[in-house]
Amino acid sequence: MREQLQTKGDPHVITVMRPNQLREPEDRRLPRIAGPCVLVIFGVTGDLSTKKLMPAVYDLANRGLLPPGFALVGFARRGWAHQDFAKIVHAAVKQHARTPFREEVWRQLSEGIRFVPGEIGNEEAFSNLAETIADLDEARGTGGNHAFYLSIPPGLFQTVVDQLRSHGLAEELPGRWSRVVIEKPFGHNLESARELNRIVSSVFPASSVFRIDHYLGKETVQNMMALRFANQLFEPVWNNNYVDHVQITMAEDIGIGGRAGYFDGIGIARDVIQNHLLQLLALTAMEEPNSFEASQLRVEKQKVLAAARPPERMDLHTARGQYAGGWAGGEKVKGYLEEDRIPPDSRTETYAAIRIDIENRRWAGVPFYLRTGKRLARRVTEIALGFKRAPHLPFSETDTEDLGYNAIVLRIQPDEGVTLRFGAKVPGTQMEIREVNMDFAYGGSFTESSPEAYERLILDVLLGDPPLFPQHKEVELSWEILDPILDYWASLPEQPEPYEPGSWGPKGADLMVAREGFSWRRP
Amino acid sequence: MIITLNGTTSSTISAELLRARRTAGSPAQGMVLTLIIVCDESEYASSMEASVAAGREHPSRILLVVTAGGRNASLDAEVHIGESTPGEVIVIRMRGAVAAHPASVIRPLLLPDSPVVIWWPGKAPNNRAADELAQLARRRVTDAASAARPLVALKARARDYTPGDTDLSWTRLTPWRALLAAALDQYPAKIKSVAVEADRGNPSADLLAAWLHARLKVEVIRKISSGPGMTAARMTTASGDIAITRPDGLLASYAVPGQPERLVALKRRNLTELISEELRRMDPDEVYERTAKSLLDGEKRTTAKPRAKKASTKKTARKTGSKKADSTRRAPKKTARSR
Repeated sequence: MREQLQTKGDPHVITVMRPNQLREPEDRRLPRIAGPCVLVIFGVTGDLSTKKLMPAVYDLANRGLLPPGFALVGFARRGWAHQDFAKIVHAAVKQHARTPFREEVWRQLSEGIRFVPGEIGNEEAFSNLAETIADLDEARGTGGNHAFYLSIPPGLFQTVVDQLRSHGLAEELPGRWSRVVIEKPFGHNLESARELNRIVSSVFPASSVFRIDHYLGKETVQNMMALRFANQLFEPVWNNNYVDHVQITMAEDIGIGGRAGYFDGIGIARDVIQNHLLQLLALTAMEEPNSFEASQLRVEKQKVLAAARPPERMDLHTARGQYAGGWAGGEKVKGYLEEDRIPPDSRTETYAAIRIDIENRRWAGVPFYLRTGKRLARRVTEIALGFKRAPHLPFSETDTEDLGYNAIVLRIQPDEGVTLRFGAKVPGTQMEIREVNMDFAYGGSFTESSPEAYERLILDVLLGDPPLFPQHKEVELSWEILDPILDYWASLPEQPEPYEPGSWGPKGADLMVAREGFSWRRP
Repeated sequence: MIITLNGTTSSTISAELLRARRTAGSPAQGMVLTLIIVCDESEYASSMEASVAAGREHPSRILLVVTAGGRNASLDAEVHIGESTPGEVIVIRMRGAVAAHPASVIRPLLLPDSPVVIWWPGKAPNNRAADELAQLARRRVTDAASAARPLVALKARARDYTPGDTDLSWTRLTPWRALLAAALDQYPAKIKSVAVEADRGNPSADLLAAWLHARLKVEVIRKISSGPGMTAARMTTASGDIAITRPDGLLASYAVPGQPERLVALKRRNLTELISEELRRMDPDEVYERTAKSLLDGEKRTTAKPRAKKASTKKTARKTGSKKADSTRRAPKKTARSR
């Protein structure tokens, strides 16, 4: 029991902390509901905000996880009134929410929706914002708890963060909190990541900064932890005695779409490998954490990322490509260089494959192959552990012709689950062995009602749960791995190798693994 | 695909299931539990709908057992597979002498190793420990609200509680309990007394009162309102009430002393949501056990006085916690408020 003495504040503030008698650890039916607070979204007119954030807020409310006094404030360069913004939110929720639309949930939400028009650099707009928030603290009882979601380009962070500070919105007073959410990319190299961190941490302490990688939900992380550490079955073989290589794939079937401005010059390695694939690698390769507290998990992830090395022979162990024009999935598509607003001589890669080695006892000698690309055959994210072949096969060579290697595949999306591949005898009199799958799908529970990454994240932010998402140290470590590769690619005079759209990537990538006697799985 | 089997046996049903799954190309199933539903023809449609929908969250083998009397023993089955549910649904109709031995039919149809849950949407056997089908299950779900005299049914079930029992009238309370607990998270004041309002004969309200009494160790008053369902819960503190009032069964207002009143969506949940929540946990619900015990203790306390049935008077007062001096966990007496 801890006593918190407060000298000022309204007379209704209870200053003696007493344990909540209605909570007990056995009572697992009771969810934690966030306290009253204001969520301020910068860049609220963006796609992400309408497609993901607003629906996630609604879904949380619908699941009864938002507090009665919750308020949502939009900030953007539009001349909207509160009602106009509410209409936008209403439409976004109706179209994109995961859970059914219910009028009473909307009424609960709509009471707390506000809009503040203005430029990010404008003093008046921020005074206006501060006022709006102060009003909400009064009218909705949000008690000075504020979360700021920066759904804006990183170049604008400095301005926003400064504004928040100068208008007293980032202050942490006792009994109140102020948190900030930023999205990937967390910089475009080590240096810029450090700069970004300097800006944000100049105002917000590390525990108040929530970084989100929307590809990697907390649910996925927890599923992987459960598979690896709740079972006795997998751990004994999860090392270089049995595993001979690991493939981590994230493929998209779409091109860059309308993201030309963002994508060109950045490339897919920065966009996907730095955060998403290296996070998956860390989760796959790390040792068992002492507990599932976020801090313990981070310790292990940092340890394994610090042991991960980029390849020495960049020419042999990395590959990059750029999609050409052609037919993909029954549609005629443009090549990368023909996309709107892409310079015809752009050297930005849309496919990247790299080899990473982890220098520790568990993984020494096991190559981790990471690949990602746009306009590949289908959208899929998975981690495949390839096993060594059985040392001795008491069968003749013709019997096992169809037998590849055993594999454990963790399917991340779209069809989350686990596949085991192994050999089985083909029915009949002859001894013939063929590869089969043993499949587990998270079934209905995953496709139907598993919360979106954003829902979990927003809830974590509002509850103040330490995020499972990377903190700055991890971001730096992953840039340290990726920077030398990016530098090498930048030094090359030629264009990335073109590849056919709707294929599984350039020839160079196939060659890269073939040199070591492997081949890419077809996911 | 629906396969109808008349005058069948368990092994034929099993064989048919296997065949149906094979012809469907062995869809990856990953069924996590067997759910036995015991109902009569009138409850059949709604329980099937609710369980199939719940099956989307918990892929399961659903065995709908419909029993009826009759002179001739007969066993008919309908196998539903690959239809709007990731699992399998088997409707089993038993008549006559077979109906007296349902476990003999059901036992071969349980999924290997996975937990078994039994749910009585309507009438539940009085002595569940002796019930053949109940013995197969690890979790037993009843619904007192569907009984003619809900509170009587609830208390009877509380009296012969065995670990693994729960009642949907308890499940219905989760959103209320969550809100009340959240209110105390934010406003950790000392509660002096509590009032719970609901329509007549609402077993959930009595359970909520029992839970609040057991946890807060204060007097809890049960009031009758015109409904629908639970209409209010008020926790009185020194500086005012923490109140959740829901007059329309949809949208509640939430009031905490010193803060503006706010709206919160608190819809009465449908069967699917309730049964999905129940299927999330396979271990005994200890909190329910303690609450059920507190409900019975409350009865003892009140029956000590001239019998005051809750239907006849406005309040069935509970005396403050007479026993269990669990003072170590109680909050400090002083409430040092600022100014």
